[in-house]
Amino acid sequence: MAEKDISRRIFIKRLGTGVAGSGLALSQLSAAVSAGKDDDAGEKAPKDQVLLQLTVNGKAVRLHIPASLTLAELLRDRLNLSGTKVVCNHGECGACTVLLDGKAVYSCHILALDAAGKEVLTVEGLLKGEELHPLQEAFVKEDGLQCGFCTPGQIMSAYALLKQKPHPTPDDIREGMAGNLCRCGAYPKIAQSVLAAAKSNARAER
Amino acid sequence: MADKKVIKSRYFFEEDFEEQLAEVPAEKVAAWDKKAKLKIVGKGVDRYDAYDKVSGTARYTFDIQLPHMAYAKTLRCPYAHACIKSIDVSQAEKMPGVLAVLTADNAPKIKWYRGTSYLFDRHLRYAGDEVACVAAKSERIAAQALKKIKVEYEVLPFVADAGKAMQPDAPKLYENGNIAGGKPSVYERGNADEGFNRADVVVEETFDTQVVVHNPTEPHCSVVNWDGDKLTVWDSTQSVFGVRNALADSLDIPANHVRVIKKYMGGGFGSKLAAGKYTIMAALLARTIGRPVKISMDREEMNLAVGNRPDSVQKLKFGAKKDGTLLAMSHYSYGAAGAYPSGAGCSWPLRSIYKCPNVRTEEYTVFINAGPGRPFRAPGHVQGTFALEAMIDTMAEKTGMDPLDFRLKNYSEIDPVSGQPYTTKRLREAYEAGAKAIGWENRNKKPGSDSGVIKRGLGMASQIWWGGGGPPTYANLKMNRDGSVEVLCGTQDIGTGTYTILAQVAAEVLELPMDKVSVILGDTAVTPYAHGSGGSVTAPSTTPAVRHAAELMKEKLIGYAAAQMNLPPERIAYRSGELVDRDNPAQKMSVSALMRKVREQVLVTTGMREANPEGYAVNTFGAQFAEVEVHTDTGKIVVKRIVAAHDIGRTLNRKLLENQFEGGIMQGIGFALMEERVIDRNTGKVLTTNLENYKMTLLPDMPEIEVIIVSDADPLLNNTGVKGIGEPAHIPTAAAIANAVYNATGVRFKSLPLTPDKVLQGLYGGVKQG
Ligand code: FES
Ligand code: FES
Repeated sequence: MAEKDISRRIFIKRLGTGVAGSGLALSQLSAAVSAGKDDDAGEKAPKDQVLLQLTVNGKAVRLHIPASLTLAELLRDRLNLSGTKVVCNHGECGACTVLLDGKAVYSCHILALDAAGKEVLTVEGLLKGEELHPLQEAFVKEDGLQCGFCTPGQIMSAYALLKQKPHPTPDDIREGMAGNLCRCGAYPKIAQSVLAAAKSNARAER
Repeated sequence: MADKKVIKSRYFFEEDFEEQLAEVPAEKVAAWDKKAKLKIVGKGVDRYDAYDKVSGTARYTFDIQLPHMAYAKTLRCPYAHACIKSIDVSQAEKMPGVLAVLTADNAPKIKWYRGTSYLFDRHLRYAGDEVACVAAKSERIAAQALKKIKVEYEVLPFVADAGKAMQPDAPKLYENGNIAGGKPSVYERGNADEGFNRADVVVEETFDTQVVVHNPTEPHCSVVNWDGDKLTVWDSTQSVFGVRNALADSLDIPANHVRVIKKYMGGGFGSKLAAGKYTIMAALLARTIGRPVKISMDREEMNLAVGNRPDSVQKLKFGAKKDGTLLAMSHYSYGAAGAYPSGAGCSWPLRSIYKCPNVRTEEYTVFINAGPGRPFRAPGHVQGTFALEAMIDTMAEKTGMDPLDFRLKNYSEIDPVSGQPYTTKRLREAYEAGAKAIGWENRNKKPGSDSGVIKRGLGMASQIWWGGGGPPTYANLKMNRDGSVEVLCGTQDIGTGTYTILAQVAAEVLELPMDKVSVILGDTAVTPYAHGSGGSVTAPSTTPAVRHAAELMKEKLIGYAAAQMNLPPERIAYRSGELVDRDNPAQKMSVSALMRKVREQVLVTTGMREANPEGYAVNTFGAQFAEVEVHTDTGKIVVKRIVAAHDIGRTLNRKLLENQFEGGIMQGIGFALMEERVIDRNTGKVLTTNLENYKMTLLPDMPEIEVIIVSDADPLLNNTGVKGIGEPAHIPTAAAIANAVYNATGVRFKSLPLTPDKVLQGLYGGVKQG
């Protein structure tokens, strides 16, 4: 099942998004899939596991994983970082967006192994202790959410967008956030949140 | 105020009137005055749970991991209609990591779908029906094990279209045939035929709408854990009490052995109002293997098996006098329930919104071999309003009237169905405010007269919904030693902001800062009963109960303060969180000072939703206005602006209200322009099982939106003056867009969604449109 799923996975077909990096994942997929039998992520089975080292939210992480583990599974199931959500598991909705070496990626759509040696930033990583990042703060103030399930993905996409374009126009935001589905339809307030965060950035710069 | 009584409560919920016994206060808390200067209620305070959600620390059911937790996956029928001849699970059971397999062979016979089927039934009625459920150490192993289950099916003829399913020779899903209940549901007032005979203008049209799927972002999922013979279930549900009762009944265990908890939830839109098979299956598996079990639907299952809005074919006939007075309306419709009971009726708006003496409706709910329907944000009303409001526009045109004037001409001051007056009806004000905001006078006087490749048009539609709620709904309020407060209520926040509005109401009454109030919802073991979160009843049912509890707490504190200060209670006033001697205001104590005297005690009050006023109809009203661009070269429709003007009682929180309206409008755009569950008529299989194929609205599709609330409060209805907004926000959007498309093109499109191919076909296909 999982093998078939992976081979069926395809590049992002949605409108232009801040997301990149899936191609990288695919480059190593065939090797990973043939090497890794789908086995139990939760049990110790060293013979089918590979060592993975990476940085997650500034912390060095070193663990054995099955080669077929996706980055989303690594974060959620192994590292207990359940802020990253999975909605489609097929690279179609943006809910699982995290930053990989500063670029937004769909973590459901990329193997954990493809993050080897790299730096992953998740929504939890934006916090300073208990203090929200100004972008998260803007989502609170502007109410850029309803059920909140798409919100971590929205925030990480917005974070990537603002890194690229610190002073986005409303059109930049519409385009840059077009890959993030929100079924509750908090879109207008999501866009306002990003705009407000950009403005407060600009104020901070002055 | 402490006295109470039990009444027979009756109010509309989702698809029908519900009647139940309810305890209510004998004496109602006086409603907040329309002009009351409230300090917290009505303000756009931040969402109570926003921090948890933006920080990623909110744990949804989908995120819960318990020690030794196993994972369950479901094997689903690949055929649209089949019978199981045999199942062989031996290969699956042998796989390392597989813990248990449930099928019709070994599962208890548990009735499902209102007794029409079983949890595991050998008769499978749609491609997606449950065949087996596997628990394994990981989700991947469970998924692989499904492939090792050998099932021999007898494939049966199927029918995947409601119209065909109504034919006498159609394959039957049930012995009694494919029409639910064996007959249509009929409503009649006056005599429609006579009305048509007297009419100067008679129009007849047929409309159809598609099946759409809720697709909340958090999948339907449960985590179940047995502790001895007690079961705890975390469920992504809109109704913790409903799920608890379904579990107790299905497993044949006492209700007090089951605790259902829902804290955060990633949307439902009606699809999570009832317990799902998956929860029961997980509970059975967990009991067998002695480990907690998690089960979550993948996106394919979400699009197959957990509900949808039924489609509709609607034949409408309207008759009016030359002056635009509606004389008669008839509505004949059928729609697909899917394979199991659900409602496909859609004539309520037609029956109830306009003044018309002669009305006849005849509705068929039809079984077909497809996933069962479930209530979806205003069941029946969205598709019904699309057809109704198109007809109203057509009648306006045929009688030479402005669409808005035509609606005003047929405005009903009383509920035409019951003959009762409304608690409030501000639809007229909504029309006026909406028309002004959109610039109604700028519409094309002659539809389609806009020249150029991109044609612009304006359209409007009205909406009616219930959304008044009612008893039984209870809330407990606890006051702690430090003056902090807990509100407990068995409702659930499904993303709408229930946590926030309940905290606002408690803080308002007790004159405390918001951060002194915490809110606990959706836990059958600790929260008193409240209704499932649907039907736009949550805010109008729960906020009055919380207000009642808070007012009782105030009284209680006055009693305690009187004893402490050695004064008669009448001498004590509650002012700004302080207990003050009326005769000597210098003598006072703060709530927290008093509570320190109360020491370790926790003071508790129980508030109740009061009875609805007798002899009144309770409805929400509104009108939405749409501005669209139709690209006549590509067939693409772009919604530029939506103005939503509504009567929804008191606004509790402007920020949350706007957000919910925007969401309802967003889903309305999806329904109007792109969403559609597509079934392959040759195989009966759903083709739109992922988010690539099932198209939904994204940020770039969003128009400019203006939300206007024309109501101040509905003090006759309840003590907070609140009505619901979830459904009203969504109902008229698609209809308004379709009417705007007509205004832009002069072509009446009668089939949703308005995809580019249909638009091009309508514009150039040589098909003469009415
Ligand atoms: S969950 Fe990864 S893109 Fe949808
Ligand atoms: S807030 Fe619910 S999906 Fe976006």
